Amino acid sequence: MANRDFSTGLRCRLCGKLYPKSAINFCVDDFGPLEVAYDYDRLRSAVSRTLIEKRPWNMWRYRELLPLAGEPTVGEHVGGTPLIRADRLAEALGVERLWIKNDAVNFPTLSFKDRVVSVALSKACEFGMRTVGCASTGNLANSVAAQAAGAGLETFILVPADLERAKVLGTAVYGAKVIKLTGTYDEVNRVCTQIALKYGWGFVNVNLRPFYAEGSKTMGFEIAEELGWRFPPHVVCPMAGGALIGKIHKAFTELHATGLVDTPVTTKMYGAQAAGCNPISDCVKSGRERHKPVRRPNTICKSLAIGDPADGFFAAKLIRETGGWADDATDEEIVEAMLLLARTEGVFAETAGGTTLAVAKKLIDSGRIPRNEEIVLCITGNGLKTQDAVFDAIEQPATIPPTLAAFEELAGLKTPAPKTDEPKTPEPALA
Amino acid sequence: MAIKIEIPGPLREQAGGNTEVTVTGATVGAALADLVKQYPALGPKLFLNGQVRQHINVFFRGPGFETDEDIRYHDDLDTPLQDGMTVLVIPAVAGG
Repeated sequence: MANRDFSTGLRCRLCGKLYPKSAINFCVDDFGPLEVAYDYDRLRSAVSRTLIEKRPWNMWRYRELLPLAGEPTVGEHVGGTPLIRADRLAEALGVERLWIKNDAVNFPTLSFKDRVVSVALSKACEFGMRTVGCASTGNLANSVAAQAAGAGLETFILVPADLERAKVLGTAVYGAKVIKLTGTYDEVNRVCTQIALKYGWGFVNVNLRPFYAEGSKTMGFEIAEELGWRFPPHVVCPMAGGALIGKIHKAFTELHATGLVDTPVTTKMYGAQAAGCNPISDCVKSGRERHKPVRRPNTICKSLAIGDPADGFFAAKLIRETGGWADDATDEEIVEAMLLLARTEGVFAETAGGTTLAVAKKLIDSGRIPRNEEIVLCITGNGLKTQDAVFDAIEQPATIPPTLAAFEELAGLKTPAPKTDEPKTPEPALA
Repeated sequence: MAIKIEIPGPLREQAGGNTEVTVTGATVGAALADLVKQYPALGPKLFLNGQVRQHINVFFRGPGFETDEDIRYHDDLDTPLQDGMTVLVIPAVAGG
């Protein structure tokens, strides 16, 4: 069987030095991040729309553009989420055409993190690792725990102690060893780096990060294919570590580089953050080259609460280079947008989805995104995991006795009961 | 003033194979300068144009601090050190 691994190594994004594929995430010369490199010449003759379209509707239909040596051994059903034409939301926002890429229904743990974890853990198995882990703001924890359980790997998950209950429960249920650290995500991340350097365990977003991050590209591949093998003019994406926005754009450039899409990429990329943790959007808005870290993030949007994003520099650079923009939303705006999305499109997104929509609305209202051009919103996680954020904003259900009369009175279907000395009017017949 | 600097795996070759090096310095910058004086090959790895490289984070720990402290939330390279404190050099490209 022909070699289906088209990755050639790991390349430093700063100096270009090429490393062999191994569990390493930074260049030893300048500490720059490593990224998977591919042989695009070979890929061009090896992939085609016909080949891809014949495969099952999941992320592995693009397997030649992912860095595995063999078949995926973890997460074979991940991806293949719907791109929804959001006409009712478009009308509410006053734009002509809007799409929602809905990774809130990704399998198995309802977030885009399922994509990155399936690649990282398949790679960890190729490297012969038996213990894996991650630093997480929640969604990654859920996905690593679930997919590692399915692969029989021992798992250590480190999270900030103030994480939402549902995200902790949705990790521990899979038997992962969940450890809460009394600090910020950045402090959790630093400890994971120290553990990975000392013990060599497979931390998906530390020493397996180059492979892990590639999984995010499949969200971009799917968007282009679902649009009929073309690129949207505007994509709005949430930013935590800042990797996803870059990988969606990388996906588009790879589709063009491999001849799967003829037209060059002109998509403008827009980044969304919470006002209580906005290092990248602040970097873009202020014109700074490098982001200023946020020491104590303070937002209901915990999944985006990374104060010192590893890809902050690259995300801000990409946004500027593509002609996009970035902005941030307050907690109130996030909740309002979660409700708007739920009530116009029937999509219950987590706080990060609220952030993305709230920022998209700002960018549209300010004229940064034109109302007459097609927009894709990336919804990356499920609202069932962040219910506390909207609890107070939802009207509580009425409680009534179990009688038809009580229902009719509540629903305004019946006038108050007549006084006993007045003649009764007959009840209307049921239709 | 004796300060320990923990050397991460990827820098040990340039640090004579040591996992930690004892230096002197009243600030983080002075301590790192003494490290580079002892092991000049570390200079270009740690610094670019006189600044700590973009993808390296520097932390310190010592009495009065509960956790490893990022120097960017203090006075960067001017962050003062006391005798017995430890400085850590940690790659920044992780997480998300």
